[in-house]
Amino acid sequence: MSLIRSKALSFEYIRRDEEGNVEGITRAVDNVSLDVQQGDFVAILGHNGSGKSTLAKHINAILHPTEGTVWVDGMDTSDENNLWQVRQTAGMVFQNPDNQIIGQVVEEDVGFGPENLGVPTPEIWQRVEESLKAVGMSEYRNHSPNKLSGGQKQRVSIAGVIAMHPKCIILDEPTAMLDPSGRKEVIRAARALNDVEKITVILITHYMEEVIYAGKVLVMDKGHIKMQGSPREIFSRVEELKELRLAVPQVTLLAHELKKRGLPIPDGILTTYELTEALMKIKRTEG
Amino acid sequence: MIRDITLGQYYHADSVIHRLDPRTKLVGTFFFIIALFLVKNPLGYAVAAIYLALVIKLSTVPLRFMLRGMKAIVFLLLLTVGFNLFLTPGEPIWEWWKLSISAEGVRIAYTMAIRLSFLVIGSSIMTLTTTPNNLTDGLEKLLSPLKKIRIPVHEIAMMMSIALRFIPILLEETDKIMKAQMARGADFESGNIIKRTKALVPILVPLFISAFRRANDLAMAMEARCYKGGDGRTKMKPLKYAARDRLAYLAIFAMLAACIIVGRMI
Repeated sequence: MSLIRSKALSFEYIRRDEEGNVEGITRAVDNVSLDVQQGDFVAILGHNGSGKSTLAKHINAILHPTEGTVWVDGMDTSDENNLWQVRQTAGMVFQNPDNQIIGQVVEEDVGFGPENLGVPTPEIWQRVEESLKAVGMSEYRNHSPNKLSGGQKQRVSIAGVIAMHPKCIILDEPTAMLDPSGRKEVIRAARALNDVEKITVILITHYMEEVIYAGKVLVMDKGHIKMQGSPREIFSRVEELKELRLAVPQVTLLAHELKKRGLPIPDGILTTYELTEALMKIKRTEG
Repeated sequence: MIRDITLGQYYHADSVIHRLDPRTKLVGTFFFIIALFLVKNPLGYAVAAIYLALVIKLSTVPLRFMLRGMKAIVFLLLLTVGFNLFLTPGEPIWEWWKLSISAEGVRIAYTMAIRLSFLVIGSSIMTLTTTPNNLTDGLEKLLSPLKKIRIPVHEIAMMMSIALRFIPILLEETDKIMKAQMARGADFESGNIIKRTKALVPILVPLFISAFRRANDLAMAMEARCYKGGDGRTKMKPLKYAARDRLAYLAIFAMLAACIIVGRMI
């Protein structure tokens, strides 16, 4: 069953000067049709200004399409009556961890969503406990968010969304402001959600290393979906990715270059392990 | 350096006073202040002093923390005492050059001094034993009847708690901006007051821009988490009166009654 579906979705930003006259129109998302199934892990890749964040904000009904329609769990997001139901079904985590934590104590922040939904007090506590456990932040429940690292703050934000029991969680560049170890923490948490809790995950990022675990990858450029497929399919098209100004992971790049020089290496190498295996195989057959 | 500022003056301990409902503490402080202004004779102040000493003892907060609050009002205190001492008309009991002190003046001066210092100590007990968060919650609940006359109590409380959450973040940001400007040769430490004030402009402008950006992000994040105002909201930590709160209310009213009886009638 498809959880999130969009048909011919377009969105235009209208820039106005001080008098309110239209200065120009930017088509941030152009004719995008999308279909995400329950339980998927979908990654959306693209460099800055490719329209990936704009697309994400449509799924949470923060933005409404200029043309076309988005359905979340069968609900039209443009319909004002569905607003809160849509937002509960598709939770969203934003880029800057500081600007989305409301509570002064970790557990209070995680409880903020359920409080808004009117969940009874004992159940809020239960949900907070489960959510913090799911992201591995239980021992920090009484800490002040100001004292946490970036990766930990982002995990708290994720817990805050899980506590609302969404079917889908959209991570809008959750790692853009983090250091490498924080990035790993967050991606691990997102994978665990998908594997263990069976929550649909939509990960928006411009780091290609983060998408290799996704079931499906969409590459966006100038508001269009340029490529889609499994990570392996996407990564075997190195030249195209370079054209879209996306940094291919080093292993994939190395494998690609080696193959260009005539070594029999398969396309779409994703990890160091795979490349080592491929090289060992060549050595064995030659030796 | 700027990061060392701690917010409010909450002193962490696990005393009876700390565990009281914030509403009880707010009401108690309020009635204590009223009592102070109703009392008319030294005996009444003695009653208030005993009550205050008892609460301080129960709160387990060291006395120097209470007195720290006094530092801020030393000047005000001296000024009030001075004016009342010298400018109250009446039969002079001491005269020198143009200055004279009347018996009435002495009486008013010491009354004012006691009132002011008790008031400051009394309210600092409240802020020392209650987290800012709890205090906001208590205020929201206490003032909630005002919703009927369309005062947005929930919104005000929400704003207060968000402000409290963002103060450390904005302080950190100020520190960062100052360092960035200093690295490019800005000078915040020399010159007269006008020059120094002018030097603050390049700090305030980026700080304001970033604060607005943060506010925008936060509003979006809150909406994404289904925040739609106070209606229909439940609480994770609802305020609940316990047996000790009932006892505390009894103590508060006993104090008020004692102050009125002793302080006005005897």
